[in-house]
Parts: sequence; structure tokens; C-alpha cells
Amino acid sequence: MNLPIKWLQVYTDVDVPIKEFAHRMTMTGSKVEGWEREADHIRNVVTGKVVSMERHPNSDHLWICQIDVNTGEPLQIVTGAQNLKAGDVVPVALDNSDLPNGAHIKAGKLRGEQSNGMLCSIGELGFTTHDFPDCIEDGIMVLPADTPLGVPVENLLGMDDTVVEFEITSNRPDCMSITGLAREAAITFGKALNIPEPKVTKTHGDVSAFLKVDNLTPDNCYRYTGAIVENVRVKPSPQWMRERLRHCGVRPINNIVDITNYVMLEYNQPMHAFDFRNVKDGHIVVRQARAGEKITTLDDIERTLDESMMVIADSEKPIAVAGVMGGEYSGIQDDTTTLIFESACFNGINVRSTAKALGMRTEASSRYEKGLDPNNTVPAILRALELVELLDAGDVVGGLVDAVGTMPTPPDIPLQPDRVRTFLGADIPTEFMVDTLKKLGCRVDGALHVTPPTWRADLEGFADLAEEVARFYGYDVIPTTIMTGVAEARPTEHQRFERMMVDACVGSGLYEINTYTFMSSKMLDMMNLPADHKLRDCVVISNPLGEDTSLVRSTAVPSMLEVLARNYNARIPSASMFELAVEFEPRRESAAWEEIFCDHAVVEHPDRIPLLPIEHRKLIAGGYGVLDFYALKGIVELLLDKAGVQNIEYTAVKDHPSYHPGRTAAVMADGRQIGIFGEISPVVCANYGIKDRVCIADLDLDAIYELRGGVRHYVSLPKFPAVTRDLALVCDLSVPSASLEAAIRKGCGRLLESVRVFDIYTGDKVAAGKKSIAYNLVLRDSEKTLTDEEVDAAVKRSLKALAEAGAELRS
Amino acid sequence: MKEQLNQIQQTAETLLRQADRTETVEELRVRFLGKKGELTAILKQMGSLSAEERPAMGQLANEVRAKIEGMIAERAKELGELAMRKKLEAETIDVTLPGKKPVVGKRHPLWQVLDEIKDIFLGMGFDVAEGPEVEYDHYNFELLNIPKGHPARDTQDTFYINDNVVLRTQTSPMQVRVMQNQKPPIRIIAPGTVYRSDAVDATHSPIFHQIEGLVVDKGITMSDLKGTLEVFAKKLYGDDTMVRFRPHHFPFTEPSAEMDAACFVCKGEGCRLCKGEGWIEILGCGMVHPKVLANCGIDPEVYSGFAFGMGLDRIVMKRYGIDDLRLLFENDMRFLDQF
Repeated sequence: MNLPIKWLQVYTDVDVPIKEFAHRMTMTGSKVEGWEREADHIRNVVTGKVVSMERHPNSDHLWICQIDVNTGEPLQIVTGAQNLKAGDVVPVALDNSDLPNGAHIKAGKLRGEQSNGMLCSIGELGFTTHDFPDCIEDGIMVLPADTPLGVPVENLLGMDDTVVEFEITSNRPDCMSITGLAREAAITFGKALNIPEPKVTKTHGDVSAFLKVDNLTPDNCYRYTGAIVENVRVKPSPQWMRERLRHCGVRPINNIVDITNYVMLEYNQPMHAFDFRNVKDGHIVVRQARAGEKITTLDDIERTLDESMMVIADSEKPIAVAGVMGGEYSGIQDDTTTLIFESACFNGINVRSTAKALGMRTEASSRYEKGLDPNNTVPAILRALELVELLDAGDVVGGLVDAVGTMPTPPDIPLQPDRVRTFLGADIPTEFMVDTLKKLGCRVDGALHVTPPTWRADLEGFADLAEEVARFYGYDVIPTTIMTGVAEARPTEHQRFERMMVDACVGSGLYEINTYTFMSSKMLDMMNLPADHKLRDCVVISNPLGEDTSLVRSTAVPSMLEVLARNYNARIPSASMFELAVEFEPRRESAAWEEIFCDHAVVEHPDRIPLLPIEHRKLIAGGYGVLDFYALKGIVELLLDKAGVQNIEYTAVKDHPSYHPGRTAAVMADGRQIGIFGEISPVVCANYGIKDRVCIADLDLDAIYELRGGVRHYVSLPKFPAVTRDLALVCDLSVPSASLEAAIRKGCGRLLESVRVFDIYTGDKVAAGKKSIAYNLVLRDSEKTLTDEEVDAAVKRSLKALAEAGAELRS
Repeated sequence: MKEQLNQIQQTAETLLRQADRTETVEELRVRFLGKKGELTAILKQMGSLSAEERPAMGQLANEVRAKIEGMIAERAKELGELAMRKKLEAETIDVTLPGKKPVVGKRHPLWQVLDEIKDIFLGMGFDVAEGPEVEYDHYNFELLNIPKGHPARDTQDTFYINDNVVLRTQTSPMQVRVMQNQKPPIRIIAPGTVYRSDAVDATHSPIFHQIEGLVVDKGITMSDLKGTLEVFAKKLYGDDTMVRFRPHHFPFTEPSAEMDAACFVCKGEGCRLCKGEGWIEILGCGMVHPKVLANCGIDPEVYSGFAFGMGLDRIVMKRYGIDDLRLLFENDMRFLDQF
């Protein structure tokens, strides 16, 4: 919302430096976004009179003008404009001047002739023909002949006002107007507010002879006020009105349209002017549309309406979508002779849903939807008629038609000054509270009961009054205190667990990433997942931004792959990453409203509502380059060790469509799968444009949390020496190391402290189809020093078990 | 004999001075003091001396022996030190070469800052609450005093799953869940991912992150709100941080405010960083709306509270001078490695 300071000063005598104005208005709740003064962008442009003109000797279109700028000798200026004649008064950009478009004008020679400046068009001064309808676009701006010469144009052209831009919050539609902001400013600066009651001095006839209004939808139309103007004289509105509209960002059109816009800005009351000819029988009916009813709106689009939408109709057809936009014939034409002014108050929620359904938010609808004051229709329409009279835009017919619907009743709110003081923590005098509320337009009775004005529908209860008091008392004056009472806080066990997992990932060299939780079915295609795969069942967004982000992800692996691909394509040689991700699993079931919500809000609701999706916590780790299968497995092992998960087994996975069939493992704990990791299938990598090997681990963090170990028990340090033995074995290539380790474990029993692979060999020195695999065994007895015989016996038992597992000592 | 002794001492002294290796010193020790050494040989002649000469000569011989022993020890020590110096000299490395970095990863800047904020609030007695990202409209809007048709719904363009389920547009529904499940006193923050239907550009993202805060107890005042958030701002931005509270509007708080911090560069005067405003918006806050308390089964006549919410992404961008929000979601290693 733009507020021109001079317009503000019509209603209240606030005159402070702009910076102070902006600061104090902001601190009482009207946030200033910035301010602008057109005159700041123009310098050294004055009025001048064309004394004489002659053809430029070296050009067939340039003129050499002598311009009187009231400095004695006329200035010689060359111009290419063809619309001038001697005697015209024009804006003259002198030598060393600045124009609003950023141009800097200097004296110089034009085709050999001295030119001491430039004559300006409206465009060069930042205007259009809407602002100055008597001027032309492609020529020099010609000012009235009686304009004094040699004066700066800023003041003359209305560029010297400061326009302040406010951010208006949705609860304060009243501040979407000059008068509303004037009220805030008056209280902020302790000045009087003076909004004169609009008066029409001369009327003729009676409106009832022309206009009949039926309000058939009183719950959606709180009030419909109409008036008639005859002998309409459509012409441009005066410069002062055009200036104010321009400062508020509204394009001047003609006197009638400008009056409706002016009143909207001034009073926050959207208005419409209908051509009386196009309202059949002079009968306006406010009603709900019929299903399928059509209207072509002013923007020349045919709209199909339904019964939820409210229309303004005549006795035959809709002529406007109520509160949104007029129909194609409803507007004022150049030859309009009689018009109907509409000043109405509609149900904001209804206007909002209509505007949304029709995809047409207009200035009017965005005001209506915030909820307007039903008692504002009459003052606003009177102001419009007053302006018609002032501008001589027509002859006002006497009286108003005022069709009142269901008017909201303002609440009665006990002020409770003590409670306000306690609530705010500030010792604010009761008199200050009462005074402030009265200035805001509230009625406060002797028992300190407050009735807010109808333009403040946002004031509903105690806390609202407290805010009104607080913002004028000053938020910055309210003391600051530290809360008393003991409070203990600590992360939950689950939060500490997740932080530990994250720390372990970071300690393992992984970089944490943050990705979108959106997905598309294309991403699942790229993952090579078949059409019937479980992960294809996703939570679907009904109004997505685009196809690529139409699903809520059922797996976070594609997010990781995308990140890896982006890094790979940026030619980063190695990337190792992780994400603590959420995955969403849809649920088809529903439950009774009361089963889900046990709250106390009274709202309209369906009987049953669908259950929320299940949100799974996952830990996705992945990379290319340094992070190969075994590096990743090492990280998985570390994480599970940190979590204290017991009885872990790794089994080969050969049939997951996204993974390499020979380089993928499932992580099993107590027989339950808690994750999968391995190399991503080269087919999938190719889909992402990655030519390197990519490894990803997809771990079920919820399961790991469930299976986590408790506090660890200390194991006493060994008192007796260990014995080590190396075993070099030969077995078939297909024999997994895990089965050989199991055999060794079985053979050594409790004496085995650790077993570790230290060499694997395939090649000439072993038979084809065989591999050599060497283990380092550490044996120890916690009770005594082991003898060679005991160790030999254990190794012998191991070799026997190894033979059963298909391995023998390498000779 | 006396002369012989003196001669031996002198010779030993000269040779030891010349010795430049520990092996040579050892050879000299054998030569002079060994079983077949020169001094031993002389001592063996003691028997041929007269009884009068013998004590004096014995004493002299012992003196010479002690001297030579001393000289040998000293020289051996000198040479040992010299050898060590030479060895260390030879082992010199270029200390200006770069170090071997341990291979550790890094946390994402968003979560680094979030952890810091969590720690600040934990220290002030706030627990950390959690809640679902796919949320009921009823929690995301209705119970927060934003009924269907409320204009505030327009400023939060919502992704819908169906009529009753949305991707949460704010972390505030977690307030509702906490209030429904916990009796006052309540003191929580609730960080999380939120969703709004905004196209991606340098300052907008359909997914971003908020941190919600809620305090409910008997006798909580607006001055408590100011005090708590001022302490938070000073802990996050430094003790010299100046804040201001100015009125604002949120449907679920009344009175509502926004807290600004004085621009870190110009301290409120107005500069390019703060776009001339002098103040930078940090968070929104307010006293919990009585309707919201009542909706959640807490009697507003008995209890009061305050709530606040801030955008994590903006805080992170401001802190590190990041000018494009998209960087936080692209996860380029060269970006992540900077924090």
C-alpha cells in the first residue's frame, strides 16, 4: 500500500522527517518497506517558452529553438520534435541536468549547431498519456500557456511528494486505505484525525425512480448500496487526482473510473460504475449464480459459474461477478449518460473462493477477501458522489438505495486492565488503554467494556485489545525479563542416537547433504525399478509445482544419486556423502475424525479422514571415487558397532534391480534385514550419466535404533600373552570368507580372540577356479598362558572344520 | 716411571683430541686402559719400585688413570652429541609442506547451525520436539486459528495430498501436537522441514526449514518473550547484538511481533547489506492466541504462553554470506567443504 504524504496530510497534521515517520510507523505496526520521491530523480529541469523556431541548416527534421527560461538571454536548444510552435511552454532540461530515466543532459553541438539542453517529452519525465491525457507520446510535453517560466518542473508536475510504501498484514484491511493509515499515523504522532463527512450539495430527482436492488443472498452480501448519476460527462480527471492515483500505482483512465479508484484508495471500499443502459429494467439482483451460468468479464474471457459464486445480475443476466470483476458491458463508455454506482460489502470468504476458482484475483477481490466494513458502503458512495459534483462529472440523483443483508454484530469485550498489565508484563495505566482504544474507534463504556468499530473485525477478544494497547505503548518500552522456574532439558535418547550416527558418518569421511523430499516416477524408472515395485506406491501431491516434484519420496536413494551425479558432472574426482533422510510410505486406511482428533475446536469436518503416511528415518550413505564397496562396508560396520547392534550377518543380494548383482549385500541383524548396500548397477549409473562405480548404503535407522545396544560392559584387559598363527588356505572361488571364518571360529572356540583376512590371491600359483585366502588368528586364554599344544590342537580342529567348508591348507 | 706416566697421559690427551669417531675412542680406551694396555703395563712394573717410591708412584698412576678415564668419557659424550646432531641434521624435513589431513567429512551448514541453535535453547531449558512433515490440515491450519477461507492461507501456498492432508507449511503444527500431549509447563523448540508451493529461485524454495518455539505456563508474559528471545539473539549473534520488537500479525499469536537485529554492518544506520533499513528481520513471535490454547485443551484464563518461529535457511545464508538459496540444496562438494 502506497501512502503519498501530502494525501495523508489532508486528514492529519503529521509533518516529521521521513526517516522518523517510517521508523515510528513501523514501531506501531505499520511496517514501512521504503519510500520514494520522484523529484529526487530529476534535477535542473525548468519551464521555458519557445520564443522562436527555425529549421536546422544541416537537417530536414531538426529545429533550432530559442527558449526563454527567464534568465535574460534565450537559450538555443536543438530539438527533433515536430509538435512545437512559438509561444509553447515546455519542460527544458538545462545543461548538466538529470532525468528520471537516468539520462544526464549536457550542452553540446547537434550537427554543428549549439544546443544548450533538451526539451522533454512526457516519457522522458517518467509519465504516460494516462498521467497527462492532453499530451502526446512522441513529441514535447506542452504545458499550459500561463505557466510561469524558469521554475523547476517537479512541483508543477506533482513530483515533489514523498510516497511511502507499507506492508499491510492480512488482519488490517482498514490500513489498505489512506484514511486507515491516517488514523494509525494520527495516534502514532499524537495528532488529531479529521475525516470530513462527505456531502453532496445539489441533487435532483430520486434514486428509487431509477434503481431497484434485491439482495437474495444476505449471508454473502452484507450490504449493497447504490446511487445514480445522470448526464455523465466522461473526461479526464483533474491533475491533482491523477497525481494521487499515480503515486498509489493506479493508472488514471477517466473521471468516473478515477473516482471509483480514488474512493477505493481513500476509504478501502471497492466501487463499480455500471452503465445504466446495460442494466435491464434498472433492477439489480444480488444472488448466487446458477450452475453453468456464463458471463464474459471485462477482460474478455467467458467464465462458467457455479452455485457457490455470487453475481450481480439484472432481471435477466449476470452483469458482474460480485466483488471480483464486472461483465463486458457493465463498464462506463465514452457515451454513457447515466450510471449506477455500486458500493457493496460482500462475504470475504465467498469472494476469495470465487476469485480462486475463476483464477482471477483483482484489486477488489483481494480487498474483499480480507473482510470489509459493512458500514463503510454509505460514506464511500457519498464520497464518490461528492467527487462527481466536485469534478463536474455528472448530475447526482437524490437518495441512495441501501439493501442490507446479514450484518455482523461487533463483539463486546471486557478490557480487564489488570490482566492486560500481567499479560504484557508492563505497568500500563488504564487511562492510556482506554484513550488508545477510543482513538482507534472503539466504544469503551463505564464498565470498561469495549465495542470495536466495524472496520476492525480483527478485534475479537482480550488478547486483541492487549495488542492494540501494546503497540501504541511501544513494544520497545515493555521490559525484558528472564523466565523464572526450573527447566530441565536434554535431547531424547533417539535424538542422541541420531547425533551419534551423524558424528560417526562425519568421522568416517562422509559429507552431509540436504536434498528435496520430492520425487517423480521418472526417478524410479531411472532406478530401474519394475512397474510393480513396492516403492512405486508413493504419497502423491495433488497440486505439484511440476511433474518432476509430483511425489513425496518413497526412497531417498535417487536423491543421493542425483547429488552424486551433479558432483560427478562437475568433474569432482571423488565424493563421499550421507543424508539422514525421511522416506514416506502411504497408507490407504482412514479413521473416524474423533479417533484422530481429540481437540476442542469446533469445525466442520468429514466423518472419516485418511491416515497420514508413515515416515521412515533412513541413513543413506554413498559415493564414488574413494568410496568403494569395502570402504562403504567398513562404514556400515562402524555405524552398527557404534549403535551396538548384535548378531549381524552380511548376505549377498543378487536380484535387486538397482544394484550390481555381484557386489551387493543385505545387512541382517537377528535375521531381520536392516539395510542394503553395494555398487549401484551400471545401468542405473548410466541413467544418471555416471561412468564411475557408485556405492550406496541404504540403512533403516528406525530398525537400527530398535536393535541398538545398551550401555557397554567393560571387559577386563588381558593378563596372559596371545599367540598368533597365520593360515594360508585354498578353496573354490565361490566360497565366501564368512563361512571360512565361521569354521575357524568353530575350531578355536573361546580361545579365538580375533581372525582377520590379510591376503587374497588368485592366479598362476593356484589352480584355476581356486583362490588362496590367508587369515591371521590371534588366540588367547584369559585364565592362563597358552601352550603350543593347545594352540596346535585348536588349529587342527579349525582345519578340520575348514575342510568341511571346502578349504585346505595351501601347500 | 713418572715420566712414562706423564708421557702416557699426554699421548692419550693428544690422541683423544684427534679422535673423531666413537670407535676410535673405544680403541684408545683399550690401548691405554685395557688389560694389555699401556697404563696397565706400567702398573705391572710397580713391583720393581722401592717401597718409598711405590706409594707416590701408585698415587700418580691412579691419578693418570682417572684423568684418562675422564677424558675418554668426556670425548665419548662429545662425539655422541655430535653424532646425534649430525643425524638430526640429516633428518631435516620441509615443514612448509602441507600436512596430511585426517579423512573426516563435514556436516551440512544447515545442520551445523541448527545444532548450535538447539544447544542454545537446550541450555535455556527447551526440549526439542518433532512431528510429521506430511500433516493434517486440521493441525497445520485450523487449530492454529487459520480456518478454511482465511486469507493467511494465501500467503502460504500449500501442497495438498488430499482435502485433509498437506505438506506442512510451517513448523507450528508441532506446537499443537505438543500442547495436546503435554500439560504445562511446556518449553520446547521444534525444528523441521516445511513446504510451500514456491518456484525455485535464488531466494525461494518449495522446501525450506524452520525452527518453532513454544512456552506455556502460568504467568508467562510478553516481557518473558522479549527477554528470552533477546538472550537467544545475543547467544547466536554475539553479546553486542541489538534487537527490536515491532508489531506484526500472525493468526496464532496475539499480540504478535517480529524481532529484528540491528544490521551487523551499520548497527541500525542503514547500509547496503540491510538495504538501507538498518535492521534485519530475524524471527516472528507473539503471545499464543487464546483460541489456540483453548483449541488444544489448555485454559487461556489460567495459562499463557509465547511462541516464535524462524527460518533456518535465511539464518545460515546471512551467517555465511551465501547469496543463493539453491546452494543449500545442490550439495556441491566444493560448497560443502567450506564449512
